[in-house]
Amino acid sequence: MNRDYRKRIFKKNQPNEASPSDSRFLRPGGRGFTILGLREILVRNIVPIMFVVLCLLGVRWSGKPALFLLQEVVFRMSRNSFLVLSLVIPVMAGLGLNFGLVIGAMAGQAGLIFVAARQIPGMPGFLTACLVALPLALGLGYMIGKIMNKAKGREMIAGMILGFFMNGIYQLVFLFGIGTVIPFSNKNMVLPRGIGLRNTVELKSIKWVLDDLAMAKIGKVRVPLATLALSAALAWLITGLYRTKLGQDIRAIGQDMKVSQVAGIQVDQTRVVAMMIATVLGAIGQIAFLQNIGTLNVYDSHGQIATFAIAAVLVGGATVSRATVGQALLGTFLFHLLFIVSPYAGQNLLGSAQVGEYFRVFIAYAIIAVSLALHSMQRARSMASRR
Amino acid sequence: MAEDYVLEMHGITKHYFGNRVLNDVTLRVKPGEIHGLVGENGAGKSTLMNILFGMPVIHSTGGFQGEIKYCGNQVIFNSPRQALESGIGMVHQEFMLIPGFTVAENIKLNREPLKDSFLTKAFGQRMKKLDWLRIRSDSRAALDTVGLGIDEMLPVVGLPVGYMQFIEIAREVDKEGVRLLVFDEPTALLTETESEQLLSAIKRIAATGVAVIFISHRLDEVLSICENVTVMRDGEVVTSVGTPDPTTTIERIAELMVGRKVERPEYAKRTQEPSDEDTILNIENLEVDMPGEEVHGITLSVRRGEILGIGGLAGQGKIGISNGIMGLFPAQGLVTKDGSEIPLNDPGHAYQQKLAFLSEDRKVVGLILDRPIEYNVTVVATLVKSMFQKTFGARSRGIEIRDKKSAWNFTMQMIRELDIRCTGPGQIVRRLSGGNQQKVCIARALALEPEILLVSEPTRGIDVGAKERILDLLVSLNREKGMTIILTSSELAELRKVCDRIAVIYGGNLVDILSPDDSNARFGLTMSGRRAEAQ
Repeated sequence: MNRDYRKRIFKKNQPNEASPSDSRFLRPGGRGFTILGLREILVRNIVPIMFVVLCLLGVRWSGKPALFLLQEVVFRMSRNSFLVLSLVIPVMAGLGLNFGLVIGAMAGQAGLIFVAARQIPGMPGFLTACLVALPLALGLGYMIGKIMNKAKGREMIAGMILGFFMNGIYQLVFLFGIGTVIPFSNKNMVLPRGIGLRNTVELKSIKWVLDDLAMAKIGKVRVPLATLALSAALAWLITGLYRTKLGQDIRAIGQDMKVSQVAGIQVDQTRVVAMMIATVLGAIGQIAFLQNIGTLNVYDSHGQIATFAIAAVLVGGATVSRATVGQALLGTFLFHLLFIVSPYAGQNLLGSAQVGEYFRVFIAYAIIAVSLALHSMQRARSMASRR
Repeated sequence: MAEDYVLEMHGITKHYFGNRVLNDVTLRVKPGEIHGLVGENGAGKSTLMNILFGMPVIHSTGGFQGEIKYCGNQVIFNSPRQALESGIGMVHQEFMLIPGFTVAENIKLNREPLKDSFLTKAFGQRMKKLDWLRIRSDSRAALDTVGLGIDEMLPVVGLPVGYMQFIEIAREVDKEGVRLLVFDEPTALLTETESEQLLSAIKRIAATGVAVIFISHRLDEVLSICENVTVMRDGEVVTSVGTPDPTTTIERIAELMVGRKVERPEYAKRTQEPSDEDTILNIENLEVDMPGEEVHGITLSVRRGEILGIGGLAGQGKIGISNGIMGLFPAQGLVTKDGSEIPLNDPGHAYQQKLAFLSEDRKVVGLILDRPIEYNVTVVATLVKSMFQKTFGARSRGIEIRDKKSAWNFTMQMIRELDIRCTGPGQIVRRLSGGNQQKVCIARALALEPEILLVSEPTRGIDVGAKERILDLLVSLNREKGMTIILTSSELAELRKVCDRIAVIYGGNLVDILSPDDSNARFGLTMSGRRAEAQ
């Protein structure tokens, strides 16, 4: 316990005291990286490394041919990575892991229900769904942002509870509003009593529209280029955002709200903007996801969206306070590969696919819990070292 | 001639909740001048600066009287932002830096040079791209001005504390149209060489025509760089002196800072005066890790039966000493009472050794505000010494329960002895005035029947009349019960009034032990960290 701060400063001022691991190599944008020892690389990336090992074992135990797995992964990557990527901006803005993603998903589903009711086919249907969802998502994002400004430091739990709350409103609208307050002509989608939507809505008119827009065949694997391009565009936009004034403001408030405030950055307003962007992305992501699935479980489809997307980004090595595009993409890949192989591996190893199924859900929650605990431990440590 | 000054503050008067904290203060600063502002804690320096910057705390407490002229125009800033925009910069005592950002990003924070991108037209100004080349070159120039030769693309996290101060200054220097810079204790955290570099940087900045207000407790620094020094005391400007004047010496400024002659009433003589031969508490190399009040190795002996004062400026570590001895903050070192060691980091043990503590944080550490007086007075004694309890059932194996009656009686006795103004032992402590709450704290300490009473800032937040009563009470405890008292206080006047000796702490170390009758100048100097010989 060296408490003599004068001595401490003096020590640090000695240039030759710097250890090799202190030398930093940087590029513009300030995302500096440090040359680290092997041990530190392992420690810092323990989560992705663990998952790579788990996935390799799972692939082996599943006994499935590589081609089959590759095809599955390509489809799952194409439909999920947009949602996972949408989590990067809230983390950058210091809002933590966006459990409020479900609310964006609800807005997206509202757009899909509109399109399904009108039976607008093909690409126009997909775009209409996005257009209907957009104002809803913007409004909801504004509301979430405002509430989160009142719940600073507790954004994650606030987002989660808001998700539960909005779920209630959502159910009220589609279970009791349809056929009473909201006129609805498509009787096939409505429950026999004439009020409320049926549980399942077939999205026949827009099923696979995005995927089939540009389906390439690479070797024996079918690759939905358009869907992947949508995610790629988002990834490109996020990296582009880093280089703008708005991106810089978002990064600043994500790191230290007080300092940003003093510097004159409009902290609250920027947080609301970040939340609105995130919610719109959540809506579009959910539409892209469901056009691949092809059926909409009106009261259920959004339920696990946030949990699984968050688990994926964490698997990629992100934390509550730091997430990158690369981590989101790597995480989506690993998490879904594990999703694919675990039932088969469970079947082969233990004679029950259920065990594998159980295992993957267990992993999703465990990874979130561990990550949150790690984050608060790190924060306590950095608070202590700041003094 | 008004334009000769960058800043003129005239007749500034400010009241906080009926207390006058500033009275008719005048401050004038010329372009290119380095103007020193010195004074004890609570002299009103920070309030004056808060008024200049239009801090919300000023406006929410009823504003102020007087006028401010900036560059010849009468102004009142309603928010710090306004002040900053019109070219007044502030170098904060605590660092306003974003750790994960690079030095350059911090210097240009929210003032980044931008260039158009194709998105600007569609989504507005905020989608403009950052102009990294200019961010780097501007930062480099600002860093060169303050004389800091580090790579502007290094992240701030992990840099030495001293560097952060320079980065802060570089940021202020980089702002366009800066006419006035305020430095609030910029050297407080720096080493000696860093301080020298900083002072020469300030001189360079002033040479470009920027006016500088330099607030510091280090009087030698103030004298070495300031052309004029304004000395404040008790919310008033005592004097404004020029440093070229040969009569302006550190001693004189120190004396002006401390000021008033202290009336020391004649207290009753003790039957046996305390002496160095008979010590009750020995502190050796005490280090305490109390945030903001760190103690870096203090050795001190306390005489039996004395009132020992511990003084010094805020943040220098005086408060850390009692808190460390009582085990409230991590500490190391050796503390012995009558030859037996008091284990540190263990509050219970300190109580067992007949030490009692009145915390400076009366409302959080000292009292349970929503419980009655009787509970507050007796709870520690019950927990530590199993007092105010009676045994139910067999004597040794029975269940101990609270003896409400004896607790009540003891509290009644305390209320009478200490003159606690209340409706009775059952009144909730929150409803009492500050002075009476402090008396409840004293009563609680007395319930422990201590031999040594450690008192920390007993008069903070208490009105003037009650202050006197608390101090008189402490003296009578000392004289009548022979209790040794260690009194920590930011108010030098009250230490000089009641203490036998006063230990002055600076930078976490003991500077000197003074007699209450020593000169003002000696006190002033000692409190700014310089050991002065008695005249």
